[in-house]
Amino acid sequence: MSILGTRVLRTEDPRFLTTGGVYVEDLVDERLAGACHVFFVRSPIAHARITGIDTSAALEAPGVVAVYTGADLAGLPPVPPTGPMKPEMQQRELATDKVRFVGEPVAAVVVESPYQGEDALELVVVDYDPLPAVIGYDPGDDTLLFEDAGTNVAGWWGKPADLKADLFDGCEVVVNQTIVNQRVAPAPMESRGVAAVWGEDGRLTAWIPNQGAQGTKSALARMMELEPDQVRVITPDVGGGFGAKFGVDTEYVVVAWIARELGRPARWSETRYENLIGMTHGRAQQHTITIGGSRDGDVQAYRLEVVQDAGAYIRAGGFLPMLTRLMTSGPYDIPRAESVAKVVVTSTTPIGAYRGAGRPEASAALDRAIDLFAAEIGMDPAEVRRKNLLPAFTEPHKTAFGAVYDTGDYVTGLQRALDAAGYADLRREQAERRARGDVRQLGIGLSSYVEITGMGEGEGSGPSENATVEVHPDGTATILTGTSPHGQGHETVWAMIASEELGIPVEKITLKWGDTDLIPKGGGTGGSRSLQLGGSAVKQASQELIEEARQRAAAQLEANPADLVFDKTRTAFNVAGDPDAVVPLTQLAEQERLLIRTVFTGPGATFPFGTHVAVVEVDTETGKPTLLRMVTVDDAGTLLNPLLAEGQRHGGIGQGAAQALVEEMVYDADGNPLTASFADYPFVSATELPSFELADSQTPTTYNPLGAKGIGEAGSIGSTPAVQNAVIDAVAHLGVRHIDMPATSRRVWQAIQAAKPGNATAAGSEH
Amino acid sequence: MIPAPFEYVAAESPEHALQLLAEHGDDAKLLAGGHSLLPMMKLRLATPEVLVDIGSLGDLAGISVDGDELVIGATTRHADLAASDLVRADAPLLAYAAGQVGDPQIRHRGTIGGSLSHADPAADLPMAVVALGASVVIDGPAGPRTVSADDFFQGFFETTLGADELLTAVRVPRRPGVPWGYQKFVRRANDWAIVGVAAIDGRIALANMGATPLRATAAEQALAAGASAVEAAGHAAEGTSPGEDIHADSEYRRHLARVLTRRALEHQTG
Amino acid sequence: MTRIELTVNGQKQSDEVEPRLLLVHYLRETLGLRAANVGCDTTSCGACTVLLDGKSVKSCTVLAVQASGHEVTTAEGLATDAGLHPVQAAFRENHGLQCGFCTPGMVMATVGLLSENPHPTEDEVRAGLEGNFCRCTGYHNIVRAVLGAADALAGGGGSSSSSAADSTDNTAPASTEVTA
Repeated sequence: MSILGTRVLRTEDPRFLTTGGVYVEDLVDERLAGACHVFFVRSPIAHARITGIDTSAALEAPGVVAVYTGADLAGLPPVPPTGPMKPEMQQRELATDKVRFVGEPVAAVVVESPYQGEDALELVVVDYDPLPAVIGYDPGDDTLLFEDAGTNVAGWWGKPADLKADLFDGCEVVVNQTIVNQRVAPAPMESRGVAAVWGEDGRLTAWIPNQGAQGTKSALARMMELEPDQVRVITPDVGGGFGAKFGVDTEYVVVAWIARELGRPARWSETRYENLIGMTHGRAQQHTITIGGSRDGDVQAYRLEVVQDAGAYIRAGGFLPMLTRLMTSGPYDIPRAESVAKVVVTSTTPIGAYRGAGRPEASAALDRAIDLFAAEIGMDPAEVRRKNLLPAFTEPHKTAFGAVYDTGDYVTGLQRALDAAGYADLRREQAERRARGDVRQLGIGLSSYVEITGMGEGEGSGPSENATVEVHPDGTATILTGTSPHGQGHETVWAMIASEELGIPVEKITLKWGDTDLIPKGGGTGGSRSLQLGGSAVKQASQELIEEARQRAAAQLEANPADLVFDKTRTAFNVAGDPDAVVPLTQLAEQERLLIRTVFTGPGATFPFGTHVAVVEVDTETGKPTLLRMVTVDDAGTLLNPLLAEGQRHGGIGQGAAQALVEEMVYDADGNPLTASFADYPFVSATELPSFELADSQTPTTYNPLGAKGIGEAGSIGSTPAVQNAVIDAVAHLGVRHIDMPATSRRVWQAIQAAKPGNATAAGSEH
Repeated sequence: MIPAPFEYVAAESPEHALQLLAEHGDDAKLLAGGHSLLPMMKLRLATPEVLVDIGSLGDLAGISVDGDELVIGATTRHADLAASDLVRADAPLLAYAAGQVGDPQIRHRGTIGGSLSHADPAADLPMAVVALGASVVIDGPAGPRTVSADDFFQGFFETTLGADELLTAVRVPRRPGVPWGYQKFVRRANDWAIVGVAAIDGRIALANMGATPLRATAAEQALAAGASAVEAAGHAAEGTSPGEDIHADSEYRRHLARVLTRRALEHQTG
Repeated sequence: MTRIELTVNGQKQSDEVEPRLLLVHYLRETLGLRAANVGCDTTSCGACTVLLDGKSVKSCTVLAVQASGHEVTTAEGLATDAGLHPVQAAFRENHGLQCGFCTPGMVMATVGLLSENPHPTEDEVRAGLEGNFCRCTGYHNIVRAVLGAADALAGGGGSSSSSAADSTDNTAPASTEVTA
């Protein structure tokens, strides 16, 4: 009976539940004894020249060891933009001549004990010469964030000149809409921090909460102009990442620099305020969608024009639109589809990856477009989806955007979700409430999505990940992985995979990750890559280990390897038919180290898919939407541990629904963030969400031996547009056509008012 | 995240607390549950030099009956107020309001005295005591005085409480069996009200429609003149000055005040 | 400096502390009990939740000096030699944690909730945890864990589908709308 596919409880849980995880803030290590504490002076103004920094009062404050400014760090190279963007748009670890967003670090104060830090921060005086803020999706070039760049347009993906003027020729119906996929904060429960120390050997050891120690290490080395082998990154327990803890933030470089400068360990731990304005934000795309087709529901053409607000400095914002464009047509068969993306800089927090990273944006635009088209032709949005989804395929399907979908059955996914939701009953209830003119109206929203997971290249020529498996003489085993779990449960699942091959029980298998001295190469955890690549690597390594062991056992038994049987229950080889001629794995390990390192390389990215059905009730007197039900199909191929897969779906659904309903990082016209605390930024609690209804669907991929695709982000890709569509659907009978996210009570109410006959104001896109 | 440094004194009695307030004046603040004051101190929006802790003073605790009023000690915690059989029987609107403040952890610490002194116009208890026509008992160098809730709240986070005075108790008219209504419109469950309405016995109080909790006097007058709930509620926003923030503009707030007032009048308990 | 004397997880403690020392930092830094975490600066997230005299509180908004003379229980004080506390066990059984950062606070809030309302409905569980944020789980399995813990603590006699009428916490009148 295989352990795979069963609901194994997590082996990592007992310590989290009793003594708690050991996050960077919790670290007690002799190497960090005597550490000093770093606090950052951050710009209170969105765009200004720095005309002076007076640190004299701070230097006199109790416990202050040093105060550093950008001038002190002038020896570090500027940080270039990510992606094919204007090279002049560089960042410095501590601002030098200009600040470009509220929260940008300007100075670093170093104190003996943490409680002295904020006291000292108040004493640093920075003189700013204000400049106009650069805000919005069309910031113009009157005020330049980077004078040397000559423009606030950082770059393009695709070219406007390539858009075809005749794309919609022949379409009976053409619908157009501008949509905002609003800026949100990843807001992991653990904010950022670092502990850094230099050894006498000149090596830097840095404990950083991250999603891939190897990538963090190479970025750190590059930014500090160190040889890679001078840097060791160790990953403590990480309290959530959601894409925003990849790589290196400039604060980590400053702290590492300070540790070297002062010759003592240095630590930093950010406050939630700093996290909400200093950690990269997510989304922040504006979409202009045009969709055309026939009156009987055939979608014939679709254009997506994206503007990515990348924030003040180009991080992932420089390449996320590339992923958005890759998924332009999603799961649909659209004969003519095109997209283009412009990236602009604004005086706001830089944009980074956030659960889905570019793909939720594509899905949200497409799902709104489908619903707008459906409303225009008066057809049920489920029917329009059914008519236009790509038919099921088992051979890879290449789209016009270069994505190669591995396997998929989108129509079955749609139907399964509709059945689970009781779609016909929901429409019936909706009709009854409308006929009665109930105050509380029902809305049903759909999203049918396909998403790309496990992309990129690693050690192999395609998406790849390494694993090392070792069996010890005492019967335990150790796995080294290049993935980087931060809540996903790799300790349990990688052990399950190895256990399946080796016969060693899960409790006797230990997983290690995140220490670059131990595991020099790895792709980390993000883009929903870990199980399909990292897990497959574990399986492959385990199998190769058994084969290596077989050769050794055969030699020992003077038998033909082909005549040996591996008995998992005894974790031993015996000659077929002769159970007493036994060679246990432990014995082999005793004689000679029994360890295999392998790299699994897949042929390409995989494409999970699904359909979400959201049921929302809107109080039409106040506008308040309440999410009643979320019914989802998220098909990520074979499920290795359904318990953990459900957890990943739940988390994505929660975040996605919250974006649709309430979350937004709001800036005023002067570039001041208005939602810089958990009191103002509407992080939702359990009261705002229902329990979710997850339907099962497993369409395996042929791309890896596990049959698995990635599940980590799918939940947040389907839920956001489903909930948005549901809110709009609830008031569509009142004439509302579109409401931008977040679909707050006020926006819904304003949309209802604007749709009333005789009201001239535009519906739905006001704040 | 960390308050500025301060001195801490645990008052040994209410009189001792008054002495300390007289001695330190504006440099001192009272600490009971700390769940209005400490969040402000952690953000350094308040930087008192001295904290006088009255949280353990028995004289300021307890709920009792005095004729036709309930007397509620200033340091009564929200959770205890919400669970009190006495308050649930005689002033259920108040018990309900206390159960709406923040979340369970906050309710285990926050006190009615602290909440009323803090005077956040968007909070539950200020609105509730105004609706109930309650009064506040204050002690100070000039001796004890009683101020009606209508007169107690002076402005945005401002009350008639002097820097050298101590709120010792809240007196609430007993109205067992009298119907009441309470509406709190929020974005998330533990947010402050975007708009709130409490209605009982012909009195209607509004939260977050101005610098203090306000009486919807035009609506009250309409009710007294025999108007229906719908008609009366149509006047709910008159005389208010709702602000604008990330949640709502004044137009939306006025609309909510009318809707919620109607609901508070139509959906009553008791 | 002020001297405080209190009991933490059953053990008497005596220390000199700055008045402004937050209870959460006293527990973490002075006593080395680091399960409670600091997740925000506005008393919103509940990652720092502990029990003070048996009642759930956010230890980031309690001064250590205010806890003097009182009893504090943290997540580290729940498990015994016999194993995990039923709430901890229920969280594990129901996959009610992923990254674990909110978990000690969530567990302590649950212990507090169930001590006041031993048979909560799902809605009461969600309302009872409104002061505890989680980014990873979407709360679905946390709710399952709390209901499972309620059953376990009640000796299996409780029902996770009890209606509002069955609950002992009855401050919310059924006919009054709280949120629109």
